[in-house]
Amino acid sequence: MASSASGQVALPGWIELALLPVFNVGIALLVAGVVVRAIGLDPLQVFGLLVEGAFGSRAGVSYTLYYATTFVFTGLAVAVAWHAGLFNIGGEGQATMGGLGAALVGLGLGSQLPAALLLPLMVLSAMLFGLAWAAVPGALQAWRGSHVVITTIMFNFLAAALIVYLLVGVLKDPAGMAPESRALGAAAQVPGMHQLLGVLGLDWPQTPLNATALLALAALAGVHVFLWHTRGGYALRATGLAPQAALYGGIAPRRQVLVAMGLAGALAGLVGINEVAGVHHRLLQDFAAGAGFAGIAVSLIGRNHPAGIAAAALLFGALHQGGAELVFEVPGFSREMVLTLQGLIVLFAGAMATVATPLFLRLHALARRAGRSRGAP
Amino acid sequence: MDETFAGSLLASTLRASTPLVLCALAGTFSERAGVIDLGLEGKLLATAFATAAVGVATGSLALALLAALAVGVALSMLHGYGCVSHPGDQVVMGMAITMTAAGLTVVLGMAWFGQGGQTPPLPQALRLQPWFADLGALLEKLPLAGTTLALGLTGHPLPVYAALLAVAGAWWLLFRTRFGLRLRAAGENPAMVEAAGVSVKGLRYRALALNGVLVSMAGAYLVTGLSPAFVPQMSAGRGYMALAAMIFGKWHPAGALGACLLFGFLDALSIRLQGMPLPAALGGGAVPVQAIQALPYLLTVVLLAGFIGRARAPKALGQPYAKERRA
Repeated sequence: MASSASGQVALPGWIELALLPVFNVGIALLVAGVVVRAIGLDPLQVFGLLVEGAFGSRAGVSYTLYYATTFVFTGLAVAVAWHAGLFNIGGEGQATMGGLGAALVGLGLGSQLPAALLLPLMVLSAMLFGLAWAAVPGALQAWRGSHVVITTIMFNFLAAALIVYLLVGVLKDPAGMAPESRALGAAAQVPGMHQLLGVLGLDWPQTPLNATALLALAALAGVHVFLWHTRGGYALRATGLAPQAALYGGIAPRRQVLVAMGLAGALAGLVGINEVAGVHHRLLQDFAAGAGFAGIAVSLIGRNHPAGIAAAALLFGALHQGGAELVFEVPGFSREMVLTLQGLIVLFAGAMATVATPLFLRLHALARRAGRSRGAP
Repeated sequence: MDETFAGSLLASTLRASTPLVLCALAGTFSERAGVIDLGLEGKLLATAFATAAVGVATGSLALALLAALAVGVALSMLHGYGCVSHPGDQVVMGMAITMTAAGLTVVLGMAWFGQGGQTPPLPQALRLQPWFADLGALLEKLPLAGTTLALGLTGHPLPVYAALLAVAGAWWLLFRTRFGLRLRAAGENPAMVEAAGVSVKGLRYRALALNGVLVSMAGAYLVTGLSPAFVPQMSAGRGYMALAAMIFGKWHPAGALGACLLFGFLDALSIRLQGMPLPAALGGGAVPVQAIQALPYLLTVVLLAGFIGRARAPKALGQPYAKERRA
């Protein structure tokens, strides 16, 4: 069903892959501009301040990259499942479980192990927790035919309930009142980018941007290599494109569904490293903060391709950072404007992506006819 | 268990179930016609906001309800434009509606009322009055469970009773009329419907219109019956829970009602058991409220997995229907 958006249309690649998404995002921006106007603000001024807040300073850029890191993971989590023909709406829950996995190892072994051993273990644990949380809906889809869209939504709520249960119970910091865990020890904290650059002799402001960003780059490259340059990736994509043909070609589609969901969950679980081990340094109730849903938008605009996802994650990182700055600078502007724009982008670049296709087909045909008659003797 | 406790538990079960029932019926109509509706959550939020905003601004219940109706049906028509007229992905459309509504209601609420996204409390004219209050005095005289019934069943606002009637209405419409037969066929085998000379698009649009009307009722009830004002994200996952109830009820109005009452009961129970100790036989300690709250989702997954009966979705669910064209 997720693949229904592609197909039958014969537009050249550069229109289909570049112009159409940009056009659709443009419409979303236009509608958001109308909303901004309607609440009595100047859209151009807001847009200018947003860009400045996101890219105008080294700190701004760092914050943008920090948000983008989280969106890379959740975007990839949607994309990998999409290539196997599955819609993973469970990024939010998988990310939450990833944070739990990271926190459990960090809190449990934090005093025994040095950072060089502890951090890889935490990464592994975060990925495993995310993987497990996604593998159950995956297995139910593959062997019991339970629709993965519905089960992943249910698993989001189950993860939220579980984390609250743990944070008001066994994991609660006995010293505090808030539902959050004890702070992670120094060895369980991912070093910040300012520390890494400090080692290299560069002076960089202290921001939430941390070494997890490098992990995000590795994940982008890794997913690209896996999907398009390995046997396993071929089997996964074949299952998404044509399960029957894949079966005939000796691929077991059920196993591929499980692999795709497991991989997606592991990627989403890494959000836990960026947020829990990298920034908050303790397990919070709602550290994922909608990133799992933002991942759907990121993957949609990025056309489910790692390069596109990197660009889309940067766009959303910039929107979140710029939006956060705007709240301080423009009275009457709320962070939810960014959420609105995110929804509008999913609407126009996702759900209604095909609405503009006939228009572009007609324009393309017109242009070609004009080109041909001009070229004729 | 004393009678007052049972009565108030029954009452809050009914009140908590009402928005779920209306949303689950809305989902049943659209999904029976072949359109997945993940936008229920967003529509619920948007219609609640429309009711509250217009209600506060005009003080008129009729205008507030009209605004809810307009917003609910408009969002459903948008869904139809993207996924019935055009072959857009229905799941993505639902997510888009939910995300946009979650953001836009707060943006507009802050701009218009400046209270962090809340609306001021709705004026008294918009508070729904209790119904059948006199009947309570009569029921009370019944032997055995008189007090429980009086407390539990009477004195609710109108939508609580209307939702129960809507279940019967939806069943009649879906399973006892020609329109219902065609609507269900559009969700099972749209090509056959088209071959019989009936428009699949028309049927799906009409199902979505009914969906919009029912969601509007649920949204309006949230701010006129359940809570005194609009609060950001006040739908609190009810749209998704209604979707779960619809599946749990196997896409049947009566089944959905049963599931909604069960989920509403668990909700009411978890609120009442908050902070209460477990019986000593279960080890004492606080009641794990989160476990009760998570039960609806867990039960739905177990049902979907086919371990307690089989939930079968309409066959053409989620598939855009394009009329075959002569080349």
